[in-house]
Amino acid sequence: MSDPLSRRKLITRGLAAAAGLSGLAVAGRLASHYGLIPPDCGGVWGLGETLTYATQRILMSHHSLAREFNRTEISKVIPVSGPPPETELFHHLLAGGFADWRLTIDGMVARPSTFSLDQIKRFPSRSQITHQACEEGWSFIAEWTGVPLSYVLNLVGVSPQARFVVFFPFDESWDSLDLPDAFHPQTFLAYGLNGQDLPTSHGAPLRLRVARQLGYKSVKYLSHITVTDSLKNIGKGLGSAAPESGYSWFAGI
Amino acid sequence: MAESAYLPGLAVQTSDVLVSPRHSALVRVTHWIFSLSFIGLVVSGFAIILAHPHFYWGETGGIGTPSLFDLPLPTMLGGPSGWGRSLHFQSAWIAVLTGLLYAISGILTQHFRHQLLPTRGDLSWRSVRASIREHLRFKRPVEEDSYNVLQRLSYLAVIFFFFPLIIITGLAMSPVIVSVFPFVVTVFGGQQSARTIHFFLANLVVLFLLIHIAMVILAGFTRRMRAMITGRTAATKEPS
Repeated sequence: MSDPLSRRKLITRGLAAAAGLSGLAVAGRLASHYGLIPPDCGGVWGLGETLTYATQRILMSHHSLAREFNRTEISKVIPVSGPPPETELFHHLLAGGFADWRLTIDGMVARPSTFSLDQIKRFPSRSQITHQACEEGWSFIAEWTGVPLSYVLNLVGVSPQARFVVFFPFDESWDSLDLPDAFHPQTFLAYGLNGQDLPTSHGAPLRLRVARQLGYKSVKYLSHITVTDSLKNIGKGLGSAAPESGYSWFAGI
Repeated sequence: MAESAYLPGLAVQTSDVLVSPRHSALVRVTHWIFSLSFIGLVVSGFAIILAHPHFYWGETGGIGTPSLFDLPLPTMLGGPSGWGRSLHFQSAWIAVLTGLLYAISGILTQHFRHQLLPTRGDLSWRSVRASIREHLRFKRPVEEDSYNVLQRLSYLAVIFFFFPLIIITGLAMSPVIVSVFPFVVTVFGGQQSARTIHFFLANLVVLFLLIHIAMVILAGFTRRMRAMITGRTAATKEPS
C-alpha cells in the first residue's frame, strides 16, 4: 500500500469511477429531459422498460402511422375485455343515453373545458380501420370514428411545459400518454365503432383509441382528461393503473 | 488472454492441454449470459401462452373466431401474466445485445469462419453422410479440436437463421415497429401468423437446446462444462 504507484493508481481509479458515475447521472438527467425514461422505470423490470421506450423514442418516428385496412378486412367478432364500470354515476348516465355525460379537460391547459357528447361529435370527425392487439395475444381489425385527440388538445391549448396527458375513466383503469402519442394523428377520442355508436361493452360513450400501442392503452368509458408535467403524484406514480398490476406503462413494445 | 499466463504451469501437471483455451473468454461470458436470458425467454414465453393458448393465421384472431390450433390448456390459466411480458422483453434485450456482441466478435475474429464454416471437404456428400451415420449410431463422440460438419451446420443455422427469424417475428408483433416497417409483419402474412411462426421457432430452438445439452452430456459433461466455464480442457481421462 505504501507503493506510490498503487496510491496513484487508486486515486486515478477513484477519479475515473467518480467521473463514470457523474457521467451516468448526467446521461440519466439528459434522457429524462428528452422524455426517454418511462414513469415505471424503477423495479426489477425497469431496465427492459427503459430500453424499449428510449430506443423507440430515439430510433422510431414519432408520427409513423399504424397500418390501415379495407372495410372487407374488418373482424366479424370483436372480443370484449372487461365489464363496464359499476358505479352508480355511470349507470345513471347510461340510463339517460349519456345526455348528462360531460368530458372535463383540465390541468396545464390555457382553457380548461367541459364538453358534451354532442359537442364532441360536432368536431371534425375522422375514421380509421386499424388492428388492435390485446396483450393476451388475440387481436381484431375495426373501424373507429371520433375526433383526433390533437384537435381537442389544441382547442384547450396545452402548456409548453406539459409532458403527459392523463385519462380517467369511470372505473379504475386510468392511463396516460406522452405528448408524441397524445398528438399522434391516429390517437382518437372515439365515439363510433364499425359505423355505429360505440357499444357500452366497448367503452361508451367515449373511449381513447391509441393505434400504436396494445389494446389496454385505449382507455374505455372516459370521464376526465388532465394535462400535466409529472405523473409522480397520480396513483402510485407509475404513469397508469397497468404497472400497478404488473403491466407496462408503454405498450408500443 | 488472461488464461494463457497460467498455461505453462498447468502444462507441467497435465501433458496435452490445448495451448489456447477451447473457448475464448468472450465466447464463455456471452454463452452463459445468453443461457440465462434464454431460460428467461422460454419461461416467460410459456407464461404468455398460458394467457391465450390459441394460435391463428392471418392478421387477426380471438375467442369466437376459427383458430389454426389450440394447446390443450384453459384460457388465462394462472391469471394475468404481466410479469411474463416484462421478463420476456427484459430477457430479449439481454439476449439480443449479448448475441450481437457474440456475432460481431465472431465475425471480426474469424471465429465463425475457422470454427463453424464447413470446409469444402466437409460438405461433400460422403462426409455429411458419414457424419449422419455416426450420429444415428449414437456413437460417443471422440474428443476433437474441431466441430463435425453436422455440428457446424446446425450452429450456423441457429445463429444466423433461426435466432434472427425469431427476433423478426417478435418485432412483427410490436405495433410501433410495424408502423415504421410494415413489411416486417406483411412478409409473414399478418400479426397472428407472425405470432404462430414465433411459437414454432421457439419450439425449434428449445429442441436445439435439448439436443445441445444431450450432446454435452454424451461428450463428457464435466469436461465440456469445464471448457465452457474456465476455457480449458483437461487432458486426464474422465471416469466414464
